[in-house]
Amino acid sequence: MSAAEQTIEKLISQEYKQGFVTDLESDTLPPGLNEEVIRIISAKKDEPEWMLQWRLEAYRHWLTMTEPRWAYVDYPPIAYDAISYYSAPKAKEGPKKLNEVDPKLLETYNKLGIPLYEQERLAGVAVDAVFDSVSVATTFKDKLAEAGVIFCSMSEAIRHHPELVRQYLGSVVPAGDNFFAALNSAVFSDGSFVYIPKGVRCPMELSTYFRINAAKTGQFERTLIIAEERSYVSYLEGCTAPMRDENQLHAAVVELVALEGAQIKYSTVQNWYPGDEDGRGGIYNFVTKRGDCRGAHSKISWTQVETGSAITWKYPSCLLRGDHSIGEFYSVALTNHRQQADTGTKMIHIGKNTKSTIISKGISAGRANNSYRGLVKVLKSAENARNHTQCDSLLIGDRCGAHTFPYIEVKQASARIEHEATTSKIGEDQLFFCRQRGLSAEDAVSMIVNGFCKEVFKELPMEFAVEAQALLGISLEGSVG
Amino acid sequence: MLKIENLHVRVEDKPILKGISLTIRPGEVHAIMGPNGSGKSTLSNVLAGRDGYEISAGSVTYQGRNLLEMAPEERAREGVFLAFQYPVEIPGVSNIYLLKAALNAVRKHRGLHELDAIDFLKMIKDKVKLVEMNEQFLYRAVNEGFSGGEKKRNEILQMAVLEPRLCILDETDSGLDIDALKIVSDGVNSLRCEERSFILITHYQRLLDYIKPDFVHVLAQGRIVKSGDADLALELEDKGYGWIDQQLGAVA
Repeated sequence: MSAAEQTIEKLISQEYKQGFVTDLESDTLPPGLNEEVIRIISAKKDEPEWMLQWRLEAYRHWLTMTEPRWAYVDYPPIAYDAISYYSAPKAKEGPKKLNEVDPKLLETYNKLGIPLYEQERLAGVAVDAVFDSVSVATTFKDKLAEAGVIFCSMSEAIRHHPELVRQYLGSVVPAGDNFFAALNSAVFSDGSFVYIPKGVRCPMELSTYFRINAAKTGQFERTLIIAEERSYVSYLEGCTAPMRDENQLHAAVVELVALEGAQIKYSTVQNWYPGDEDGRGGIYNFVTKRGDCRGAHSKISWTQVETGSAITWKYPSCLLRGDHSIGEFYSVALTNHRQQADTGTKMIHIGKNTKSTIISKGISAGRANNSYRGLVKVLKSAENARNHTQCDSLLIGDRCGAHTFPYIEVKQASARIEHEATTSKIGEDQLFFCRQRGLSAEDAVSMIVNGFCKEVFKELPMEFAVEAQALLGISLEGSVG
Repeated sequence: MLKIENLHVRVEDKPILKGISLTIRPGEVHAIMGPNGSGKSTLSNVLAGRDGYEISAGSVTYQGRNLLEMAPEERAREGVFLAFQYPVEIPGVSNIYLLKAALNAVRKHRGLHELDAIDFLKMIKDKVKLVEMNEQFLYRAVNEGFSGGEKKRNEILQMAVLEPRLCILDETDSGLDIDALKIVSDGVNSLRCEERSFILITHYQRLLDYIKPDFVHVLAQGRIVKSGDADLALELEDKGYGWIDQQLGAVA
């Protein structure tokens, strides 16, 4: 093995830095799933009858479905009966203010680098922190309320804004959309709810941190964002989980609705525990994310930086229904060790003059497999639809794989579709060049990888771009210059 | 500054360098000429620390230290600079970012404080003029879409910024038109000083019209077969490398 390969080997075998477990008493349901469990979840959350019925219907539908197996990933069957579907930190009453939150929880967030107090004061970011299944504390509510923005946990939304939830929940991702979405609809525990009124530009970035703590629990968060006419919102989610030997299931659903002239920017920095070097443990991240550009001139933009999870199965998509609506997908997916990712997007062009852009950067190291799977579909009604797709893969070492599965379906002759794809390897030449200029091998790899991802990072909100670069650095080695 | 003694180098069991000895003192400019396949690039790569070369005998001492034991980045920080024959492209990494990162790595090693963006920008603007580059080049990705001449000028810019003690130019003149050759040579000449030494590796004599060497060595079949002053290069140009082969043949 050459020195350069040894260096790369060393860099990619770093440990997961968010792998601590917080010792909290939690209120956890015994493993297993049946209608009784769903009734208990719904009752614990004090939900109205219609919500319970919606869940039960989803559950009954789920029972008729089979798990999809078409993705280019390989894992043993999931024992759905061995999973606990509800876990919450034990508390006498729900916290009303930050200083009522369990200090141990806050400490966890501090370890993750998201001090709520500091964010509150300095960054101006409103954080809705979800720890396992219950929303812990939501900051900045007052300032948002002034603007008429609703930013709360899904449970709260169901209680306080039932008319909005009823109107929009499941309107983008129906309860029976797919196996994992149906499971989520039946048992979803919590998540974020955002409502931006007409003409309002949300005064700050909204942010949620998800963290899976309890062992053998699935996290099924449900997020719904509604942007009324001519409104704007930028939303970021970050995810981590402690290190555990067994696999944990994460099956989230995110629905975005953009009405006429509205813009939603949704950014994800995902760092779920990826499992150890030999592929033991780690999160199964089977997520359905879809945005609906319902109104004319609306725009939905997905940006994701994914470095975690043992298995990723995720295709944030856009339904471009409104004329002149725009869908964007910018993605960096890094897989290392035995991680497997099958990720990409779907752009469904329905309205006239709709435009979509897909930029996907896959980085594969160790023995990982990284697949891009994307669908660009132009319906007969979508006159003058345009799409540009660019898929680039970067290989580090010679035991990993990169795959591209693009699907293009066009039913309208005036459509213009472009697809570009490249695969490259971090060359010994590049590495040697950087070292000859005085950079350490670590810094050189970071610099090259960050350069590769630049087109995506520039789409992230400023403060998160820095975080994403750092994360990429941690996933490959120590630090980023 | 640099002392190479009886250096033998193999690549995949094939001997390439078969006993090179060379001493370079501060301020000297040495030209190493030779036909293709004579081992010129092997010598520059071995000095810079590239992988894939087996040192089977001999030693290289740089400023009193065993150069061959040092990692490539340590050699660079200690002042060994290689201007590449084929500079690589690094997509998405701007030239100015690379330059700043490299300079600060070198400065840190030398116990100097790292330059902030403002001081760095001030310094770089002067250096850019030296190689007659448009400042726009600083903000483009490293060598991406650069012409052959622009890539070589970029190498000289990096050299000017890092202020090395030993500069190795590996066929920097190859692929340059006469204007670019002149710009590159002017850049090198302006960096000549009493503390800084140069090794110019070249196939052709024409580079030496612009950069006058103190010594010329002819490398053939892995050995230095002839050494002399600048006139040797002219003689070589006149008689061709066949002349060297004939002499070698006569010896054998």
